[in-house]
Parts: sequence; C-alpha cells; structure tokens
Amino acid sequence: MPVSKKIVPLSECQPGDCFLLRELKVEGVMRRRLLDLGFVAGAEILVLQKSPLGDPVAFRVSHTTIALREEESSLIFGEIIRRGPA
Amino acid sequence: MSFQSAPTPRLLEQIANEAKSASSHEIRDQIVSNIYQTSRAVCEEVVHYKQPPQAQTEKLDRIFTSRIWGFPIMLSMLGMVFYLTIAGANVPSSMLASAFGWAEGELTLLFQAINAPAWLHGVLVLGLFRGTGWVISVMLPPMAIFFPVFALLENYGYLPRVAFNMDRLFKKAGAHGKQSLTMAMGFGCNAAAIMSTRIIESPRERMLAILTNNFVPCNGRWPTLILLASLFMAVGYTGAAGTLVTAAVLMGMVLFGIIVTLTVSWVLSKTALKGVPTHYTLELPPFRKPKFWNTVLRASLDKAWYVLKRAVIVAAPASILTWVFANIYVGDTSILMHFIQLLDPFGQALGMDGFILAAFILGLPANEIVIPILIMAYLSQGAMLELDDLSELKQVFLNHGWTWLTALNMMLFSLLHYPCGTTLVNIYKETKSTKWTFMAFAIPTAIAIAVTFLTASIARGLGWV
Amino acid sequence: MSAIKVALAGNPNTGKSTLFNTLTGLKQHTGNWPGKTVIRAEGSFEHKGEEYVLVDLPGTYSLFSNSADEEVARDYIVFEQPDATIVVLDATSLERNLNLAFQVLEMTDRVIVCINLIDEADKKGIVIDEKKLAAKLGVPVVKMSARNKIGIDLLLNTLDHLVKEKINPSPYRMTYSEEIERKISQIEAQITGLFGAELPSRWIALRLLDGDDALVAKLKEYIDKKKDGVTANELPISANS
Repeated sequence: MPVSKKIVPLSECQPGDCFLLRELKVEGVMRRRLLDLGFVAGAEILVLQKSPLGDPVAFRVSHTTIALREEESSLIFGEIIRRGPA
Repeated sequence: MSFQSAPTPRLLEQIANEAKSASSHEIRDQIVSNIYQTSRAVCEEVVHYKQPPQAQTEKLDRIFTSRIWGFPIMLSMLGMVFYLTIAGANVPSSMLASAFGWAEGELTLLFQAINAPAWLHGVLVLGLFRGTGWVISVMLPPMAIFFPVFALLENYGYLPRVAFNMDRLFKKAGAHGKQSLTMAMGFGCNAAAIMSTRIIESPRERMLAILTNNFVPCNGRWPTLILLASLFMAVGYTGAAGTLVTAAVLMGMVLFGIIVTLTVSWVLSKTALKGVPTHYTLELPPFRKPKFWNTVLRASLDKAWYVLKRAVIVAAPASILTWVFANIYVGDTSILMHFIQLLDPFGQALGMDGFILAAFILGLPANEIVIPILIMAYLSQGAMLELDDLSELKQVFLNHGWTWLTALNMMLFSLLHYPCGTTLVNIYKETKSTKWTFMAFAIPTAIAIAVTFLTASIARGLGWV
Repeated sequence: MSAIKVALAGNPNTGKSTLFNTLTGLKQHTGNWPGKTVIRAEGSFEHKGEEYVLVDLPGTYSLFSNSADEEVARDYIVFEQPDATIVVLDATSLERNLNLAFQVLEMTDRVIVCINLIDEADKKGIVIDEKKLAAKLGVPVVKMSARNKIGIDLLLNTLDHLVKEKINPSPYRMTYSEEIERKISQIEAQITGLFGAELPSRWIALRLLDGDDALVAKLKEYIDKKKDGVTANELPISANS
C-alpha cells in the first residue's frame, strides 16, 4: 500500500491509521499539556476511535489512550506511516 | 564567590529578567523536550514486552464508544442501575418503615406509661422520631444499592467513556467536556459535585458546570422520584413490569435534566458567560476490574453513614419544627395550614398544591426531608394514620386530590428546582459571589416554575386530568 | 520528635489515591491548599516507631505550573521540602510517567520511585527491570500493587532507610546542550548567592530560563516572608497564576 510522505494534520487521519508526529503547531499551556501526554516529535500515534458523534477522537500514544477534540488534533502535524484497514 | 547577599525581590527580578533575555523559544523547547527524550531512552532500556501489547481495553472501547452502540449502552447502563435500585430497595424500605412504625407504637405506649404530656409526645415521637424514621426508611435502601453499583461502574473506568461520548454535545453548548464527570458526581450529591467542578480550569466553563449541576437529581431527590414514579407512573403494572416502567420514567427524568443542562449551558454561553470552549484533553484509562466487595462495602458504608448523619442533623430539627408549626394554632388554623393556604393557589396553577410547595420551601436545608414534611403536613390535617406501609401512602395522596399530573409535576419540580441549602453555601464558597449564588438559585427555580406551569396548563387544556 | 513529612506525587489514574488510602487508612483529613481551590488530602501512619505525615499531592502529568494543581504540587516539593517524596508511576505506561519522575528529581534528592500496578503490567506481558531503572535514576525504585497490597512493606522499609539516611540517593541530572548548560550555571550561581542551599538553585535557574513567571512571583513571596521571620512552612501559596 503506497503511503505518501506528505505532512498532514493528525485530524485528517482515520481510525486505524498510524501517524508519526513531526511538529506541534501549538503554543503555551496546551503545547506543554500535549508534550506531557506523549505527543512529542517522533512519537508514533495510533488513531483508535471516533466518539459516537464524530468528535473527539481517541488516540493511542505512549501506551495510554488520550482523546482530543479536532481543535487540538488539527494543530498536530506529521506523516501517516501506515493506513488502517479501510 | 560564595558570599550570600541579602535576598531582595528586586535582585531576584533582575536575575529573572536576565534569564528571560538569555533564553529563546528554542531553548525553552529544548529544556522541555530533553525530559521527554530521556524518559523514552530510559524506557527503551528498562522496559521489555514479552508479547505484543494486548488491546483488551481498545476492543471494549470499540463497543462502549461505538457510533451505533455507544449511546444505547450508556442508556441501558443507566437503566440497569435504576432497575437494580428500585427492585432491590422496595422490600427493605417497607421493612424499615414497618419497623419504625412498630417502634413508634412502643414509644407511644412508653410515653403514656410515664404520663408524659401530649406535646412532648408530639414533638419527640410524632415529630422527631417519625420524621427521622421516614428519611431513613425511604432513603437508606435505595442509596445503599445505587451508590455501590455506581461506584463499581466508576472504578471499572466507565465514566471517562461517558465523558468521551458526550463531549460533542457539551462543546456545542459551549461547555467543558469534563462537565459530564461533575454531573456524574451530582447523582450522589450536588454539594459535593460543586466542589468537584474544580477539575475544570477555565472559570467560565466551571461556572456553567456549577450553575447547571442541580439539574442532575442528587441522593436527596432520588427517593422522591422513585417513590412518586412507582406509586403513580407504574399504575396497572405489577412485579418486574412495574419496576421496569418506574425505571423508564426515572430515565426520562434524567434525560430531561441533561437536556435542560445543555440548553441552559448553551444559553448562558451565548449571553452572560460568553466565550469559546478552552482546550481539552481527556485520558481514557484502561478498564480495570474493581475489587468487588471492597468497592461495594466502602460505597454503601460511606453512604449509609452519610444518610444517617444528614437525617439526624437536618431532618430531625426540621421534623420537630414542622410538627410545631402544624400544632400551634392562630385562630382555628395552624401556622403550617395558614402557610399552605397562602401557597395553595400558586401550587394549583403549577399542577401541585400548597402542601407540596410548603414542603419544598421547608425542605430547603435538605431535599431528603421534602417527602417526610409533605406526609406530616397531610397527616396533621385529618385523623392520624398509622403509616407502616408504603401503599397506604398513595391513599393519603389520593385523599388530597392527587392525580398523575400532581405526581409528574412534583417530580419535575424536584428535578428542576433550586439547589439545597448546603449546595448553595458551597456555590457561594466556590464562586465568592452573591450574584452567581443568587443566579444558581434563580435560574433553576424559574425553570421549575415555567415547566410545571406549562405541563399543568397543557394537561388541563387538553382535558387529560 | 516531630512527624516525618512525606509527599505523594504522580500522574492521574496511577492508583496514587489507593496507595494513600492503604497507607493512612482512616487517619486522613481533607481541606484546601491555602489560597487555592485544589483539594489537599493529608493522612498519618506509623512505621518502625516513627510518625509519618503523608500529603497526597494533586495528580498531575507534569510540574511546569500549567495549572493550579501543578503549581500546588510543585510548590510543596520545592518550598515545604518534605523529608521524602514518593513518585507513583503506572507500570503500564512508564514512559509518560517517567517525565514526572525526572521533573521531581530535578527538585529534590530525597525521592523514592514507586512503580504501581505491577500486577497489571505482568498481565500485559510488560517486564520492568527495576534494578536497572534504580541505577539509572539514582534513587530507590520499588515495584508494587497498592490495590493488592503487594510491595507495601518494601516501600515502607525503603522509606525508613531513606529518612534515616541509610540510603544516599544521587539522582540523575539531566544534561542539556553546552549553550544551555553555560547559561544555567551563570544563573545558578546568582540564585545560590540569593538563597544558598535553601532552595534547589539549578532547578530554579532552569525554570527562570523557561520563563516561569508564576515561580518568580512565588520566590518573591518567599523572600518577603523570610524577611518578616516567617518560616517556609507558613508560606501561603501565591494566588496568581
């Protein structure tokens, strides 16, 4: 399965996708919070599950499950390294 | 150089400013990310995985938070909790009621034997003992079931999933996703839930959570809702079917409370508390099998103790006071009846009566005592009934002209009306604002009045009652 | 002899409260942190004839004063200087949890790292080499399951050894790039000039480089109170954020 090396926001991923985090375009407290939770450059993030109403989305990061709203996940950039089963 | 200059704030400020100017965005980022990188490097050395990580929790999450099953499961969990509570509490409640009835009889005999004056017997036995006894027999059994079951769900890790499922709705309403967690606390006690809103850091969103928490029925109001639902809503159903209908009615009440919460949050965040939702992260911890007996025992003992304490601290003096008001006469009517007659027209307009409104007003210190006060007020009027059976209670209500509408509106009023005294005190302590404390009183009260007036008018207009 | 002060730090959902309950039983009381709407839980227990006071710090992901919770936890460790700080980590997500441990190690030497939920990690096939970790971190590491009361004795004995100075921890020091290290040592010297060995000056230097205004305000308060002859223990925690 060809996977592009294009840099995309995490919010564009679908459940099952595996995402390699490159950059956080967030500042201040939220940046720290995301770093604390394991959203650091180089981290692999597995997109787990959308909430029944579509947002927020749960992610597997650093062996824990963290849910983010689209407002936050759209500021997290990286590349999709593996597409989930469609 | 190691001499110690006397530390002054100015010197410190100077150093801090120097440090700031020596710093840069890159340096700050490096300081922070260094820790994360070190953690990762250390983990790679000391942590080994014998097998690929098992995704037990994720599999469960795929069901619990699924598009199709997420909400149905949430509703059926809630329904199940109610069903267990109602089905399980019935028998012990009746047993406690008849035990207290028996003890009341014995106490009366004792008072007669020692030739105690009638007023003393009235205050202590018919007031204090009966009122407290009612609070315990109506409250204790449902709480001793509801809280352990709820604690099991909580310890299992289900509540964050509820927050996850519901977040979108709260975001739309301009509120914080964690508000659903503080609401869950409210099922236990609104006063405690007000304290728990501290988990919401943004002051605006915290205020929304504080102002709307009351629309979740607390342990003081459950018995009222359960009692009225089972007496009046499940008519014609017996056994399991009756319990099921009662549970369904309760669930309807809770859902209505959630709708009101979201609506009020939405209106407030468009008006008095304008703003956009702040950032949000929510951890979904792994599901963990709770220590069953440990959890059950801790929760039921804690709650049992709490109920008994409240019964004695709040219900006891209130019961005495109610008895006194009901037995001091001005002209040929008691003070209580004067008060009730004054309220009656308004009560009737809301589909209830003066007794019910008086009970809610006197019940301000604690919702637990609303039903006991109401019963005492009804009983003080006519012949003294021996109340050792819950089904006799319905007759008392029917004798005072109750219909299903009276029961429904009392339930709605109980769900929506002002928070209890303890909660208001806590709201003041947490907000330090008389204005917002007043709002926390006024908003629910206005809604309670509007909703009951509306249902009464519609039901009467359509000739349903 | 006065009681030994022990602080309990850790991420949320690590079983920190379970450990707190296990150690203190019913001997606990809760209140507010001075000036903050953050719940403060304190309890006491006895071990080997010593009286301990255990302070349950708010569960936080880090100690960079992002929130009232984090400020409270951090201020307690730095200004109240407990005799020991137990950092509770979740064995099943050690990587994220270690962040907090490293942050605590920058503030104080007297640390015990406690890896909780070890039974769950076992079930998930996660193996943690605690000896290696202890060697890396330079402080005692105890594996335990507070829920099933595994490892409690080991923790208490380690605590006993630590406060009686039978163990001398030498915590891991983060090293930064040469440029940052140079800046740190400059500021550190000045801070040491101000506070001597009372406060962790390297840590303060780092926080100042990071532009931590909340800490500056808190330090100013500390200076003022000291001038008035008030000890650090009575310091109110600053109300600004």
